[in-house]
Amino acid sequence: MPIILWTDALVFLLIACGIGSGFYIGRREYLLASWRRVGESRAGMAALTVLAAFIVLGLLDSLHYRPRLEAVAGQPANGYSSEVRSALDALLLPLRSGTEKTYSAPLATHLYARETVELPDGTQARVFPRLRHGGAHLQDPVEEWARDVSWKVARGLAFAVLAGLTFAAIAVQAAALRWGVGWPAAWRRIRRGETQFAWNAVLATLAVLLLLGGPVAALAGGYHVFGTDKVGQDVLYLTLKSIRTGLVIGTITTLAMLPFAVALGIVAGYLGGWVDDVIQYLYTTLNSIPGVLLIAASVLMMQVVIDTHPDWFATSAQRADARLLALCFILGVTSWTGLCRLLRAETLKLRELDYVQAAQAFGASATGIMGRHILPNVMHIVLIAVVMDFSGLVLAEAVLSYIGIGVDPSTISFGTMINTARLELAREPVVWWSLVAAFAFMFVLVLAANLFSDAVRDAFDPRIAGRRIAATAQGQAA
Amino acid sequence: MLAYIVRRLLYALPILIGVNLLTFTLFFVVNTPDDMARMQLGIKRVTPEAIQKWKAERGYDQPLLYNEAAEGAGKVTRTIFFEKSVKLFVFDFGRADDGRDIGHEIKTRMGPSLAIAVPVFLLGLFVTVSFALVLAFFRATYLDFWGVVACVAMMSISSLFYIIGGQYLVSKIWHLVPISGYAGGLDAARFLILPVLISMVAGIGSSTRWYRTIFLEEIGKDYVRTARAKGLSEMAVLFRHVLKNAMIPILTGVVVVIPLLFMGSLLVESFFGIPGLGSYTIDAINAQDFAVVRAMVFIGSVLYIVGLLLTDLSYTLVDPRVRLQ
Repeated sequence: MPIILWTDALVFLLIACGIGSGFYIGRREYLLASWRRVGESRAGMAALTVLAAFIVLGLLDSLHYRPRLEAVAGQPANGYSSEVRSALDALLLPLRSGTEKTYSAPLATHLYARETVELPDGTQARVFPRLRHGGAHLQDPVEEWARDVSWKVARGLAFAVLAGLTFAAIAVQAAALRWGVGWPAAWRRIRRGETQFAWNAVLATLAVLLLLGGPVAALAGGYHVFGTDKVGQDVLYLTLKSIRTGLVIGTITTLAMLPFAVALGIVAGYLGGWVDDVIQYLYTTLNSIPGVLLIAASVLMMQVVIDTHPDWFATSAQRADARLLALCFILGVTSWTGLCRLLRAETLKLRELDYVQAAQAFGASATGIMGRHILPNVMHIVLIAVVMDFSGLVLAEAVLSYIGIGVDPSTISFGTMINTARLELAREPVVWWSLVAAFAFMFVLVLAANLFSDAVRDAFDPRIAGRRIAATAQGQAA
Repeated sequence: MLAYIVRRLLYALPILIGVNLLTFTLFFVVNTPDDMARMQLGIKRVTPEAIQKWKAERGYDQPLLYNEAAEGAGKVTRTIFFEKSVKLFVFDFGRADDGRDIGHEIKTRMGPSLAIAVPVFLLGLFVTVSFALVLAFFRATYLDFWGVVACVAMMSISSLFYIIGGQYLVSKIWHLVPISGYAGGLDAARFLILPVLISMVAGIGSSTRWYRTIFLEEIGKDYVRTARAKGLSEMAVLFRHVLKNAMIPILTGVVVVIPLLFMGSLLVESFFGIPGLGSYTIDAINAQDFAVVRAMVFIGSVLYIVGLLLTDLSYTLVDPRVRLQ
């Protein structure tokens, strides 16, 4: 039975908006020009490729369903499990169900801790027991392990090379058709970065992703590539599941705050007078409370509401989802003030320009002017703010979950992973893989977001764009 | 000047009233004291008597806004709103759930918080401004390019990683300083050096990049060209002209956080076991001690408003064109 959680619905809505605005922009050359500049940025396009990989994983994880219960003898099978799963769970079934007893190191075949077991002859011994799933297909782990791992890595690499070549061939073929040149010429142009869109960056990033992902995927079938955590869950599975939470927090939060920030900022700047005073008072008040404390206070209160109304939610996944959504809205409410102030200031400037004065002289209504003339001219600020906020929100989620005011403890996220693993470095011997995996994935996601947002800002910020034109002019003069 | 300060403080009053109303709504209207009692005592199996007792112990057993039962002025004063919210204005915070006086607790915990926050602030400002000046000096070279790359990479690392990694490396592997704890007097330095270093490093990336942008913006202006045309060395241009003129945008971001230093850093204090206001807040959040959270929200907003005022005053110090009236 498919099930649409609230955050799923908003994610799909966001994608629909994205596709819609894609079509809208595609038909308008003046809007397309700025996006072309984004496409020229090599760092930006490499980052976008990484982000796209994350987004695909996140989307797969957003298709939720409740599996049908197995028919119990004597009863017709008509019930659905109360457990909510996603398409990603179904893909990663061996990882999800392959839980061990406790910690095991990456690619290990034995547990990380000694256990007392009874030997066949009746005596007891302290040994590292074999894992139930990791390397269970090996007869003699000591002998076969190295050969099996390298064989699997080689197979993964071969598959990655094949997939990479396919992608490259498609790109080269498309380029060759477009320019009407042969394959070698098209390949040379792409490799040297002579294309307008940074195809070489995209292909190179894709190659790196495939070369890393191929072996991991090949190994994941037989081993726990990133080890297992305290309760024996596969760490690779946890990190992949964390991606959706990070993406949801980074995107839905801005979606939640945008209407407030845009509407209030423009109205305050355009109308002025007492409306401006009220809106300014509103955001100064909200702004004056330190962010973490306001979030803490709101989250604590939301927790009380959710806990005192257990009947609102059919499954625990729905409860966790409601908490995630509420967290997004709380983060949104506490973070719209900055954008609102920027938009107000920009609107104050635009209000005095000739074309707005002309519209006023023609008798256009205030709402019409704000919607038709001011909004399109502040959209670049909105866009820059949205992409710049994303990385900060992903990082904030980890910190908030650590403090205990983030997502529901049952939601898998980078924050909850770090929170449960916080004492593992103090153990003897050290358990490092959960923390390293969570931090590494989070770093890649945030770095990609930062690089992409820089590319977008450089392309859309008129101050920077203006500086670049001046620089080119200077270069030509010299 | 004095008149300006007084007027600004009067402007702050409606904002503080707004903050107060907001917290009051959040803590007492969204959830009634009954809800909170049930939450604290466990959702199931809780008797009405236990709830009454919980509320009476904390003074939540009064009406929200208007007390019918009381006499005279008591109709207004013997209410939750007056007892819990209005009294914040005279910095009377009441008692925490463990019965301790919040005001006293805040006074004693301020010291350790400042002992971390002030060195972090000063050292961090010095280091990031110097780095940014170096990058601006070597602008459009490989040093500048890789410097910015390093900044973006450092910005993308979670602050939790700096703390956990730093603690592991310096304290556990190298045994240079104790992992956590705090002591009074000069002995504190031993415990403070690592948290100070870590918080400083965690902030380097974003601040350096931000200051670099400010410096580059200033470098493009006409007065810099004039200074160079006079034959000044690049060093003199940077320090005597660019740095001075970049002070305004730098101060805008910097001065406002000075008062907030009292609040301490939530993460660092809790990881290093430093008994400051940050760890106090985290403990209160984990114990769901609403009285403490409410007090900290109020103090935080008071300090923020003081910071805004200080920012405006600092402009007059660095820019003689600014006149306050």
